[in-house]
Amino acid sequence: MADAKMADSALPGFTHQPLWKRNPSVLVFTGLLAVFTLVITVLSEGLGLGLVSTSFVKILGMTLCLCLAAIAMDLVWGYCGILSLGHFAFFGLGGYLIGMWLMYARTEDIVIASLAGAELPPTAQEIRDAIGTQIFGVVGGSEIPLVWSFAHSLPIQLALVVLVPGLLALVFGWLAFRSRVTGVYLSILTQAMTLALSLYLFQNDSGLRGNNGLSGLQNLPGLDDVPQSVVSVWFFIASAVALGLGYWLAAFLVSGKFGNIIRAIRDDETRIRFLGYDVEGYKLVVFTLTAIIAALAGALYYPQAGIINPAEIAPIASIYLAVWVAIGGRGRLYGAVIGAAVVSLLSSWFTGGQAPSVPLGFYTIDWVDWWQVLLGFGFVAVTLFAPNGLGGLVDRLVRKGDGR
Amino acid sequence: MPRFALVLTAIMLAIAIAPRAMPGPHSALAQTADGTMAVVTEPAAPAPSAPGPLQAVLQANADAIAKPSRTTVDTVIAALLESNAPGAATFLAQWRDRGVVQRKADGLFFYGVETADGFSLTDPDTGKNTGNAAKADVTQLRPNSGVRGVLSSALVQFQLADPDIAVRESALIAIERGAEASQLEPLRASIEAESDAGLKARKTRLERLLTIQFDPSAEARIAAIESFAGDISVDVRAALNPLVATTPKAFAEVPAGTNVARALAPGGDIPLDDAYGLLVTAGLAQAAPTLAEMRAALIANRADGAVAGVPVAALGSQAARMDAYARLAAAGTVPPPVTEDAKRAALATVSIVAVYNEPDANVTAAAEATLASISRSLALNQTLDLALDALSLASIYFLAAIGLAITFGVMRVINMAHGEFIMIGAYTGYVVQQFITDYTLSILVALPLAFFIAALAGVAMERLVIRHLARRPLETLLATFGISIALQQIAKNIFGTQARPLTAPAWLDGAWVVNDVVSISTIRIAIFVLALIFLALLLFILARTRLGLEVRAVTQNPAMASSMGINPDRINMLTFGLGSGIAGIAGVAIGLFAKVTSDLGSGYIVQSFMTVVVGGVGNIWGTLAGASMIGSLQKVIEFFNPSNTLAAQTYMIIFIIIFIQFRPKGIIALKGRAAGD
Repeated sequence: MADAKMADSALPGFTHQPLWKRNPSVLVFTGLLAVFTLVITVLSEGLGLGLVSTSFVKILGMTLCLCLAAIAMDLVWGYCGILSLGHFAFFGLGGYLIGMWLMYARTEDIVIASLAGAELPPTAQEIRDAIGTQIFGVVGGSEIPLVWSFAHSLPIQLALVVLVPGLLALVFGWLAFRSRVTGVYLSILTQAMTLALSLYLFQNDSGLRGNNGLSGLQNLPGLDDVPQSVVSVWFFIASAVALGLGYWLAAFLVSGKFGNIIRAIRDDETRIRFLGYDVEGYKLVVFTLTAIIAALAGALYYPQAGIINPAEIAPIASIYLAVWVAIGGRGRLYGAVIGAAVVSLLSSWFTGGQAPSVPLGFYTIDWVDWWQVLLGFGFVAVTLFAPNGLGGLVDRLVRKGDGR
Repeated sequence: MPRFALVLTAIMLAIAIAPRAMPGPHSALAQTADGTMAVVTEPAAPAPSAPGPLQAVLQANADAIAKPSRTTVDTVIAALLESNAPGAATFLAQWRDRGVVQRKADGLFFYGVETADGFSLTDPDTGKNTGNAAKADVTQLRPNSGVRGVLSSALVQFQLADPDIAVRESALIAIERGAEASQLEPLRASIEAESDAGLKARKTRLERLLTIQFDPSAEARIAAIESFAGDISVDVRAALNPLVATTPKAFAEVPAGTNVARALAPGGDIPLDDAYGLLVTAGLAQAAPTLAEMRAALIANRADGAVAGVPVAALGSQAARMDAYARLAAAGTVPPPVTEDAKRAALATVSIVAVYNEPDANVTAAAEATLASISRSLALNQTLDLALDALSLASIYFLAAIGLAITFGVMRVINMAHGEFIMIGAYTGYVVQQFITDYTLSILVALPLAFFIAALAGVAMERLVIRHLARRPLETLLATFGISIALQQIAKNIFGTQARPLTAPAWLDGAWVVNDVVSISTIRIAIFVLALIFLALLLFILARTRLGLEVRAVTQNPAMASSMGINPDRINMLTFGLGSGIAGIAGVAIGLFAKVTSDLGSGYIVQSFMTVVVGGVGNIWGTLAGASMIGSLQKVIEFFNPSNTLAAQTYMIIFIIIFIQFRPKGIIALKGRAAGD
């Protein structure tokens, strides 16, 4: 958070007023997040009292990552008006890229351990072959594909988590924005991109294990001694920190001149262009930056989920992301967080079978079956009757928005 | 049982008349006449009555028949053929089916049908029942499976000339499935007397095919091969491909007369190790130990924690292992390793060539030439088939997307629930079939009903949701998405997750087959026709009716249309109903060839969007162009990568994203003021 403060003064158009004074919601949010993180950590199985189960800590940590992705979505859609149906693809891509290292490094550990008892010490090639068979045997291969070239190195793979989705967003955004694809056209195009990516990953010869995806990601290489209950808390805290940083970054971006321009682009793109601003450039920056944030969120999410497969990237996931933001309230960062948290937690509660069934006499509503219907119609209702979402309710209570 | 046997024998007799009518090849007739004479003049065997001509031949070969083996059965068959005795075919069939018995008392052969206490005997010549025999008095002949196989193929030639066309046809089919060299002559012999023109053509064609494979004369084979130029049938390719099959071989010097297809470059056409393996097989080089063998040798030669002086712990790299192995080889413990360079050097001194399995160079040349002409013809036909497939896919996309295009054109909203209207149509078809079991009738009822129900759902959605989100296209997109997931789940709750069948009527089964390459299923033709009908219908509505005029006006400029007295709300509602209704129709059509599931529509929704975006908004011709382009594109990509339809879709979408760069407004862009927004 100190980083954000230092960065403040370096940027042009800054009004020399601290961020938290211009946007007090940042302080409220950070405070709430810190308290929440502390409470859960203290109550967790791994580090504290054991009142909160490890699996629930994981769910909470994953939810925080989804909230971060929702902030990215809110930036690009709520503030800049680009309804991207591709940000969950970036999210998944981040997961894949970190998953490759997790899977490779752990398999390497296992292979080396199993070859230790061999009659001859294994050569590098033998280890590589064994890893290849171990990972790709399931799709009928044993060669390690080219895309796994850097999978052995955590720093490179971490860099790729930023670079690959960032470059993809940059190229795609450049192509789309320069030909002035806007509105629903752009949404459809991003959806097509998402579909193309997920279909590509579904192939067995994509080099990423087809529809098996990557698995066993919850096991950190070299840390077999640390129990999952502790690892889950680490990831939970990391997710909370990432969410806090992401919130600060987003709040900083939307509070200055940059924020004013992207909001203006949302409201009337043509007018901003006539005023001499490089609309495409601003859009491209927002699109690419949010793609990277989403990818980082994904890179934190999937080690907690433990498994990633192409179905996660399917277009519907990206639409859900938009749905969360819409339910939470677009154009407010806390709205995105509230939407993602409420809907995804409710969703896992309803589909987990814990929600009580509703007997109607002639028919019993089992929420596992009817949750989607409720969500769908609930979403329509929010769009129709509460265009500002749940965040709009907060606004009414506080009577002070974040500049909207 | 005996009565059954009699009937059977009578049928057999009827069949057995055939060989007599068959004109024997060449000089066989004269010989046959002589043979018959000889048989008749021969003194009769001690029997109640004089033996018939067949029995006489049988008696002449009695030992070979009683104890048949693969070597002797041919002489029996030849003798039977030569005698041209009536009933020879029946005898062969009976013999094969273990229906022949030999009477121990006089050695005569009969057809015997097993009864409770023995056999009911039938004379092979007269076909008359000659009474019963106890089991102990006769021996049943049990030829082994090898002999039975020979008998079966011998029977084919009798069947080929059978008066019953069904028998001839089944014999022909038997040869087509698995031909043998021995069948060529009988087949040739049977062509001339063939009365049925269609069967004659098939026989002639099959004769040419067999000639390619079995004729001893190279000229005849070449003539037959050349006669098939441009013929794309699978059987021709199956007959020709073995002729041009090659085997890689290594020679120090290629012997004269070797039918060489081409030289192979080691490391290029053939992997280095494989080429070296050929060298070893040909005895031209020493076998090279493989990596695995070297590893095993190292393990076997460990002593005191070291191999040939190299400590085992140091053997963790390939270089160290090679070093240790070289030391072992130097000590003479293991065969020496062969390095890559040594392999290359050894290969440089010899020729690696692909040798035709067929020794005759003229035959292979003719086969290559014919195959080349076939592949040209094949490419043409494959293109045609691809075009048909693309047309069919395009018509499906057109049906799925046209409703979307109309609503998008008029209202500028993307209806994410469009796919679910397709699903509603498909389920309507399924439900109708539960009540109306006649498939033709049920489809005729389902089509308008699906239109009506989907249109109703569309109108309801327009009135309840979309109207209230006017001028907020992104919100509309998301709201309709909410409806989409709700509808999908409701369908899942009602119909379950398993696929429901929507059965096509029998007259839609089958396919229109032009040749072995070009064919298209009847359902797809029907869908194509359906798409054409709706294209015509929509063109008529838009161009010739009041509604169409108003729709076009609202599409071009809603505000102006409104000020000219057109009620845009009414137009929106009707358009939405029309678009959704066509989606319902598309659902019935899609359900006919795909299983009906709750996510049936979502599989088509992205393609439909693509069709609209690529084609251009608010124009039927644009949608048609978009559907054609996407359909053909997908089929073409699938053709180049047939094993992977997923990759095809990926590449197609990437292509579309790039296409949008050059024509952001689609193939057919809307002109006028409306084009601006």
